[in-house]
Amino acid sequence: MANLIDLTLSDLVNKVKSKEISSKEITSTYIDRSKQSKKLNAYVEETFDRALKSSEKFDTKPDFKKKLPGIPLAVKDLFCTKNVKTTASSKILENFIPSYESTVTENLWNEGAILIGKLNCDEFAMGSSNETSHFGNVISPIDDNLVPGGSSGGSASALAAKLTPATIGTDTGGSIRQPASFTGIVGLKPTYGSCSRYGIVAFASSLDQAGPMTRDVKDCALMLEVMSSFDPKDSTSINFKRPNYSSNLNINIKGKKIGIPKEYRVDGMTSEIEKLWEKGKNYLKDCGAEIIDISLPHTNYALPAYYIVAPAEASSNLARYDGVKYGFRADGENLIDMYEKTRSQGFGDEVKRRIMIGTYVLSSGYYDAYYLKAQKVRKLIKNDFDNAFNKVDAILTPSTPSSAFKIGDKKDDPVSMYLNDIFTVPVNLAGLPGISIPAGLDKNNYPLGLQIIGKPFDEQGILDIAYSMEEKINFKLKTNDWWIK
Amino acid sequence: MSIDLKTVKHISKLSRISIDDQKAKKLEKDLNSIFKWIEQLNQLNTDNVDPLTSIAETTLRFRKDQIVSKNIREDVLKNSPKDNKDYFVVPKVVE
Repeated sequence: MANLIDLTLSDLVNKVKSKEISSKEITSTYIDRSKQSKKLNAYVEETFDRALKSSEKFDTKPDFKKKLPGIPLAVKDLFCTKNVKTTASSKILENFIPSYESTVTENLWNEGAILIGKLNCDEFAMGSSNETSHFGNVISPIDDNLVPGGSSGGSASALAAKLTPATIGTDTGGSIRQPASFTGIVGLKPTYGSCSRYGIVAFASSLDQAGPMTRDVKDCALMLEVMSSFDPKDSTSINFKRPNYSSNLNINIKGKKIGIPKEYRVDGMTSEIEKLWEKGKNYLKDCGAEIIDISLPHTNYALPAYYIVAPAEASSNLARYDGVKYGFRADGENLIDMYEKTRSQGFGDEVKRRIMIGTYVLSSGYYDAYYLKAQKVRKLIKNDFDNAFNKVDAILTPSTPSSAFKIGDKKDDPVSMYLNDIFTVPVNLAGLPGISIPAGLDKNNYPLGLQIIGKPFDEQGILDIAYSMEEKINFKLKTNDWWIK
Repeated sequence: MSIDLKTVKHISKLSRISIDDQKAKKLEKDLNSIFKWIEQLNQLNTDNVDPLTSIAETTLRFRKDQIVSKNIREDVLKNSPKDNKDYFVVPKVVE
């Protein structure tokens, strides 16, 4: 048998079901490896003892009908987990212990999965490099001093380093797909309304979506199938018939029409990315798909519109952190002083910056000029996609304009950091599903990803395309475990 | 349009986040560079465009007016930063 740690999630599930491996064997193997991998700073909370007990319990009375039978999983620390500390990697929540469970994680545990820990992320998911976490930046297993991307950087790092067989993240402007691209893994952001937002620490409510991060496309389909559900507790959850993504997975994409948007050939895109995109087109042609040039004319305006909409919603969502009901409190001379000191000391710089941007664009006299304008631009961006999808079944783009960068490289220039998300943000603004798959390496051997964007609720369509491309690309993630002492 | 130091301090007051002078100066620089970049939106004429307020074009559902959580006072107060079994405690607000 191949090394347990190298098996995909789907393989593990099969081996548990055929009684070749026990839940405890898997769980203890992942725990041991996680303990040896502290250098990556991927975990912010470990639940190892609890997980071992749960795996023993599973093995005594195994239920093989479950989709994730006794499988250990670490999850992004933005998901509330009952009786397990949930911090959103912020000082302001550093002691917060939820008394309830997020719907998405509840769905995982209901299908037999076991929590082994909570994973580091950018503070309140605001960042593209994991450098804004109160608990320090995560290191990518790809190279020392390299960012794993963000905000789901702990998830990406833990998965690429094989500290968990699969994981989940959240994506507001690219926070699943960009770190997936940086670390050579698969990451999917579902259609807005597919996965419940209940119990996820809110950032920008009209954009936030949870999604799977996995080693291959088949695992991604399986995880999405478990995570996605209609949830009355989320007012924007959508009631549609969710397919069995994993058993429906179809490698034949002959005749599918794939759009190539000319506006995604942006300034500053490296020639390596351009070549990768070209290769992607050729893979699709080899699979029998038809390549069609399309135009998404308002692409350039997506990022600035996003940096109005997202901070505006964040400033409103984060108003709840006032030091009264939960979380960190600083002492003050009076109530207002207490609020101001609590929020000043409890939030990090990037979060404060975004709250202030949001407060400004929503403030009296500026609302129409900024927030209303951005909502109108958002409509134009959605119209672009609607028009494109009259002609094509899906759209192929690079996931990011460049490969991963070194820690500290972009920290002092917020706009250059924001530009990382230029290919992912439009997808959130239009509420569409998007998947990033590893597609090659740059000159430093850092992974590069391609993104497939689909019609609303056509997760199956983009999974199928990703599945057929994956076979042609045949990407193998190589890390030599350099971080293990 | 640029954001001056006075505006930065006003926004910080509205955000209920206290900032010192050094931080305010840094924010003045950051916010100006961010808003300068954001202003490119003004190149677009959006006079006849409806704003997109919700991506899911559905009307909000009504729920039954039922109590679903009972006896959760302890849970609700559990994470409060100042201990008290019956109330949230804040600095004195009335004389």
